[in-house]
Amino acid sequence: MHPGLVPVPLLATSLPDAITFAVSAVIVIAGAIGVVVARNPVHSALMLVMTLFGVAVLFVEQRADFLAAVQVIVYAGAIVVLFLFVIMLLGVDRREAVSADPLPWQRPLALVLSFCALGSVLALGFSGAWSTGAASVTGALPHRAGDTAALGKVVFTTYLLPFEVTAALLVIAVVAAVLLVRVPQLREQGGQAGAERGGAAGLEGDPEAVSDPGVDGDPQGLGERDREVVPS
Amino acid sequence: MSLFFLSALVLPKIAWSAILPELILLAAPLVLLAVSALSARRLPTGVYAGGMGAAGLASLGASVWLWTQVTPHGAGTAVDGAIAVDGFSVLVMILVSSVVVLAALIGEGYLRREGIGGPEYYVLAMFSAAGAMLMASADDLVLIFLGLEIMSIALYVLAGLDARRQGSGEAAMKYFLLGAFSSAIFLYGIALVYGATGSTNLPQIADFLAHNVASSDGLLLAGMALLLVGFFFKIAAVPFHMWTPDVYQGSPTPVTGFMAAVAKAGGFAALLRVFFASFGLLRDDWQPVIWLVAVVTLLVGAVLALVQRDVKRMLAYSSINHAGFILVGLEAATTRGIAASLYYLFVYGFMVVGTFAVVTVIARRGDEAHDLGSYRGLAQRQPFLAAMLALLLLAQAGVPLTTGFLAKLYIISAAVEAHSYALAVIAMVSAAIAAFFYLRVVVLMYAGAKSGVGLPAPLAATGAGEGAGSGELSPVAAYGPGAASAAELEGDRPEASRPDGAGGGEGHGEPDAAGVPATIALAIALCAGFTLLFGIWAQPVVELARQATLLFH
Amino acid sequence: MISAIAATLDPLFDHGVGLAVFLIVLIRVAVAFAALMVAVMLMIWFERKLISDMQNRIGPNRAGPFGLLQSLADGIKLFFKEDLMPTGADRRVFLLAPYLSILPAFLAFAIVPIGGLITIAGHRFELQVADPPMGILFLLAMSAISVYGVMLAGWSSGSKYPLLGSVRASAQMVSYEAPLGITIVTVILLTGSLSTRAIVDAQAAHFWDWNLIRLGIVPFLIFMIAVTAEMNRPPFDLVEADSELVGGFNTEYSSLRFALFYLAEFMNTVTMSAIIVTLFLGGPDGPGFPFLRWLWPILWFLGKTFVFLFIYVWLRAALPRLRYDQLMNLGWKWLIPIALGWMLFVAGLRINEAWGLGILGVLVVLVGPALYRAVALGKRAGHLGEPRAAVVASPGLAKRSGLPAGGVPAGAVPAGGVPAGAGGSGPVHAPKPGSGGEEAP
Repeated sequence: MHPGLVPVPLLATSLPDAITFAVSAVIVIAGAIGVVVARNPVHSALMLVMTLFGVAVLFVEQRADFLAAVQVIVYAGAIVVLFLFVIMLLGVDRREAVSADPLPWQRPLALVLSFCALGSVLALGFSGAWSTGAASVTGALPHRAGDTAALGKVVFTTYLLPFEVTAALLVIAVVAAVLLVRVPQLREQGGQAGAERGGAAGLEGDPEAVSDPGVDGDPQGLGERDREVVPS
Repeated sequence: MSLFFLSALVLPKIAWSAILPELILLAAPLVLLAVSALSARRLPTGVYAGGMGAAGLASLGASVWLWTQVTPHGAGTAVDGAIAVDGFSVLVMILVSSVVVLAALIGEGYLRREGIGGPEYYVLAMFSAAGAMLMASADDLVLIFLGLEIMSIALYVLAGLDARRQGSGEAAMKYFLLGAFSSAIFLYGIALVYGATGSTNLPQIADFLAHNVASSDGLLLAGMALLLVGFFFKIAAVPFHMWTPDVYQGSPTPVTGFMAAVAKAGGFAALLRVFFASFGLLRDDWQPVIWLVAVVTLLVGAVLALVQRDVKRMLAYSSINHAGFILVGLEAATTRGIAASLYYLFVYGFMVVGTFAVVTVIARRGDEAHDLGSYRGLAQRQPFLAAMLALLLLAQAGVPLTTGFLAKLYIISAAVEAHSYALAVIAMVSAAIAAFFYLRVVVLMYAGAKSGVGLPAPLAATGAGEGAGSGELSPVAAYGPGAASAAELEGDRPEASRPDGAGGGEGHGEPDAAGVPATIALAIALCAGFTLLFGIWAQPVVELARQATLLFH
Repeated sequence: MISAIAATLDPLFDHGVGLAVFLIVLIRVAVAFAALMVAVMLMIWFERKLISDMQNRIGPNRAGPFGLLQSLADGIKLFFKEDLMPTGADRRVFLLAPYLSILPAFLAFAIVPIGGLITIAGHRFELQVADPPMGILFLLAMSAISVYGVMLAGWSSGSKYPLLGSVRASAQMVSYEAPLGITIVTVILLTGSLSTRAIVDAQAAHFWDWNLIRLGIVPFLIFMIAVTAEMNRPPFDLVEADSELVGGFNTEYSSLRFALFYLAEFMNTVTMSAIIVTLFLGGPDGPGFPFLRWLWPILWFLGKTFVFLFIYVWLRAALPRLRYDQLMNLGWKWLIPIALGWMLFVAGLRINEAWGLGILGVLVVLVGPALYRAVALGKRAGHLGEPRAAVVASPGLAKRSGLPAGGVPAGAVPAGGVPAGAGGSGPVHAPKPGSGGEEAP
């Protein structure tokens, strides 16, 4: 069953499948709405986890076990945890003052526009035929190794280059993170530098000052050394 | 325990040579990073600049070599169809490699002046360029997305490079937030297109559309619309241009120039390829959208540039205006139109990098002096800079004998050929409007000193003959100290700049005091030289662009 | 009758899958649950008793024979205690957190093969709750989720020390998930399957086929360390370091909810020991006897697991707690590089021996010195020979957290560092939720 590709009658699958789909779809959408509606960033993040879990269940329902597991490990396990980490570390977990809106007409305009967008999406959906794509989208998975093997095969053949290029993307992300973390130190000039250096050393001993574990693992020579010399 | 999963696996053959320029620009920053991390002493910024310049030259050489391979053998694909090796992609590679070399030159002078150390500027710029190249040569939507992300993430951080200025951080933040949104929208578009056509491979999509009637397929249309939004953001077309002025203004000026050239090159290259090559059969669906966006972009860019006091903001709006012109070429949806767009893109890259290089120098230490007032009477203080800026701005305005003129000419004639008369007229009108604000700066530079703003008397102009160039192109340039003939302009650009650069070699190039940092001067001269040389001797580049689209994969 | 209804509900029951199978699945779940609960009870008793022995104390000896029922008594006591809710707490999350903590601990056990194949009523099945094709990834997913319980408990308490504990927890658990995952990858490389049953089967023949030996001992050690940190057990228990954080994330909890955290902790210990046995020691593999064939694998499994339970208690009694920077250094500068390098080595060996040895050589000759140099440079630049003061790192952070800019010098930490993480006495620059006094500008 591939939602969105072919007009599937709701009960073409078995009843348990339909129930699972309905329940997890409700969870996904409720979570998504919750992310936007919740005033507290931590609640928003939790709602996001809920959505991610719903999606993971949908993956399992479509026999994409590997994707489901990765969804939970990467998104729920790492990304949202880092969100929460940052929210807690920065202490932004209180209600935002949204009453002071610099552009008061912005909100109604956004509402109108999003309804326009929704309308046009629906119009697109109900007008014209929905082509179903090529056969590569459908078809059963080969054997018991299931989607893991299938995905592995695709990654090392059809999408070999994109897969490799992703490595470059990650390197950039690391360099960028190091650079951004270094930025506050660059601001220090002259007299402040000494105190700043003390602060930098304190960062090692101060458990809560460890801002991003990802940066810790990086060759620190880069950030630290430059910080030391630049204020001259 | 058995390797059962390997039995059915046939690994694709990787033609390393086809992605050589990208590989060079991906490997060089890694080497720089390793060198920087493992050297005990802090290396001078020139070392990194040298590395980047060498990498840029190497990738330029590789691109040219690829061109010689593509021209006789025709277009092809590499790495299991993920990469298109055709004239189109190779030409963009040549452009991007050249911009990398220029960016190394400009960045060296800038970073030295501002006292920013470390290899980050060079590393990120090279990565970003590699991303743009990938976008241009990708034959797969997934790869286009990855190229887009590599290019963009590096640019986000580059925008925030100058941590001392608040504006820089703000620019990075704005660019990042909006860019992340647009990337997500783009990705969603890819998903929908994949759903509708069953492939992310551009030729396969085209093939699918050729064999299946999908004229009013909602899924595909929605996917195309979302892809367009993603592209429009990157190229700063009008409803999605909001970030441009702030980001262009806030970013360090060399980064702005690099961003303007590379992001536009990558974004437009992918846009042209995807919509012309893959969705070419659906042109009735997307042409009206492009038409509308092109019109709005042309007009908004030109009109809003008029009211700017800040030169970088003005140039930002002017870049929006240029994006409109390139879109006009796409709207024509003919080979000629694509060739015109490609030519425009190519020459625009040099113009904009050169322009922002001049702006970098004029902004002085701190990168703050961008008000129009700073340009008043520039011709007397800095005849070389003034002449170069005048030339580059006039080229952007589309004055004859520059590449800018030819670019606009080809675009408009392509539009006329495709019977888009209204669009052609609007483009001409917007060019006329745009000419006004370019000329305003030129006039200010050459005529403004008399109404003085308390600037010191012109310091000893080292190169009296340097005011060359614009003399014959614009009447206002007659005010310039050296209205020399254009004869000495060609070929000897680098030499001509040396007298100026000599004083700035110290690194703290105070433009008012002595002159221009040598490296930046060289870069400016190269850009200006290119603009003028190929404006007069038009044949080669035009032919290049035409061949490139003939070799379209 | 029931199977008829079931058949209408799910076509699965049409194709020869009868009620018996359904019941067997139910029984498997119930038995696993009960066994785990009993194991946890015994584990708590075992830990207390063993530590007492190691410290020359007697330990619990009143409730039941040898104090065996002590855990039960404690549980009953906790059950009847008053359930407190701090005023500053975020109610819903505060109530939710304990369950988020205990669920993953339960679920992760589902994939552990505790025995061989057995036959009941003509149905042959494996002695484990489930054997999903993604198998071991399920473990990673569960260990990823278990962060939430700790994290949210600390945050929602609306109190500083629990918050510090949860901030520590999230960084620590995310950090150590990387080496954990990488070592699992080495195991998968060898097995060629994600399923835990396949992993166990691949080690079945001889004890030198165990991954412990076939992979070299390195991945096993890394996995063991990473798992210990992942569970927040000593010496990595900075999350609940009672000498610094008054008990850490669960300070504000009482009664049954506290019991749940306690339960989750010990359940994690049991589960992870079982996972180590599965991944590296052949699971239920071992010589058996011709009678009662189904019994010996189970006994082997229990025996091996018991060894690790003993080791964990031993570690707790023997090792002092790490300081936070030591913890992070160990994870990022040692475990992850070594695990990555070893994974490359194993992957190379999988292709062929020359490749593997070549990769190992390159790693040792080139990457090793480079890494060493980078670390040394970083250390030199980081310390600069100055006394290390715990200072708010950047004015930006100080501003955000409402503290005066320029850094707040707090108790200077001796350069050598006391074992029990004196860094924790630094300033609290992560304001607690809901505190009105520290509004961000």
